[in-house]
Amino acid sequence: MYISIEKVSKAFTLKDKSALTVLDKVDLYIKEWEFICLLGPSGCGKSTLLNLIAGFDTPSTGTIKIDGDTVTQPSIDRIVIFQNYGLLPWRNVIKNVELGLEAKKLKRKKRRQIAEEYIQLVGLSDYKKHHPPQLSGGMQQRVALARALAVEPKILLMDEPFGALDAMTRMHMQDEIERIWQEKKKTIIFVTHDIEEAVFLADRIVIMTPSPGRVKTIIEVPLPRKRDRTSLDFLKIKDKVFTEFNGSVNNFVYGSF
Amino acid sequence: MGKIVKVLKVISSLALFVAIWELIVLTGRYEPSLLPSPVKVLEGMGELVKDGTLITHFKVSLSRFITGYAMAVITGISLGLVLGYNKKVWEFVEPVVQLLRPVSPIAWFPFIVLWFGIGDVPAIIIIFIAGFFPTLLSTVSGVRKVDPVYLNVANNFGIRQPHLLFKIILPAAFPMIANGLHIALGTAWVFLVAGEMVGAQSGLGYLIIDSRNSLRSDLVLAGIIFIGISGLVLDRLIKLLEGYIERQWGVSDGRRN
Repeated sequence: MYISIEKVSKAFTLKDKSALTVLDKVDLYIKEWEFICLLGPSGCGKSTLLNLIAGFDTPSTGTIKIDGDTVTQPSIDRIVIFQNYGLLPWRNVIKNVELGLEAKKLKRKKRRQIAEEYIQLVGLSDYKKHHPPQLSGGMQQRVALARALAVEPKILLMDEPFGALDAMTRMHMQDEIERIWQEKKKTIIFVTHDIEEAVFLADRIVIMTPSPGRVKTIIEVPLPRKRDRTSLDFLKIKDKVFTEFNGSVNNFVYGSF
Repeated sequence: MGKIVKVLKVISSLALFVAIWELIVLTGRYEPSLLPSPVKVLEGMGELVKDGTLITHFKVSLSRFITGYAMAVITGISLGLVLGYNKKVWEFVEPVVQLLRPVSPIAWFPFIVLWFGIGDVPAIIIIFIAGFFPTLLSTVSGVRKVDPVYLNVANNFGIRQPHLLFKIILPAAFPMIANGLHIALGTAWVFLVAGEMVGAQSGLGYLIIDSRNSLRSDLVLAGIIFIGISGLVLDRLIKLLEGYIERQWGVSDGRRN
């Protein structure tokens, strides 16, 4: 397997010295170029799992291997896209996209050329000189996407990337990410709590349950692309996911009674 | 329209102030040396400008100010970056800083004279002390308040020290540092005059002491007004710089959503 997550648990020590288990023995195997959605209510550890794959944090027990190598630290091969974009407000669009290229020690001219190419890919060529706060949320997320893609990572880790966008922009961005995923051949792990988003994007949807975070089920989405959000097949899968998802939420809310 | 009203307000405010002053002088029958009339002071100002005294003293003061302030800025920012980044070291140093900070720079004067003699240096040292603490403290807190997302992004793209400091931490903390520089400028200007009153043979502070010694209270007030005006001009200049930084950082210009 390309990414193997083997019996990964993560516990945090709270202020009163007690341990909080956020992830409990998670097993997950991901193929190269697969589009995986991690779906679950807040507190199910999906963002924690993403951080572990990114290498921002290490598992308490278990291992995460990518292409055979154990993840111990962040790498430019796996870029995280954050919900609040993580753009540097003092740099304009093109300088933001060049950020990762600077670390790769490329010549200035080459950097500029690559940055322009990816800015064009996300459709922001008219906004190269703008600073992030001058752009809308959707545009800022495009900049973050261009910045991530410019360093040619093998894996994109997206942490509720469209969570702060309005519904229309959100759908538009979903189309975009699907197009880019097909064009650039990336492995994408995409955290969301939006069922429709997961059904639209994912090859497989990993449904997680909270306290402690576990993988409940994995649902395959065998629909051809580009998916029609209103087709019967789409709605059927959405319904199936909803039932599973709802079960896990109900269990969370009422389970303790 | 708004601008004209603003200017009118400033003019009428100043005119009213001068009118009350003149009224007090006219009705009070004070000794002219205790409270000179506005006209006398204006004449005194003219005298100082014409015979070149003002510009000579102003130049001396300004060069001391720039030297002391630049030293404060350079050491304050560099130490602040180091101390803000090393939490443990800062926790160790902070008590001493907090103890020294409320001490008026003038209190150091006996030692300053013992260590550095008289001339330009004591005034410069006093300006340095006055400007150093606000710069240091705002830099430390600016660095400590850097959004962790920026550090994660840098880490993800493989940006290591010293690039991390210059590309991420310094610019992220800069709006706060600029605010500290503004405060430091005001404080330093206040203590410039104080420093020149106790230890110098030239400068705007000395001009006041010298005028007192020759019983020219009109020149004392003229000196005070000049100090006020130049302090105000310096303050406006750094405000312009701050505004420029805010625009560059995209903090203040029109956001679109």
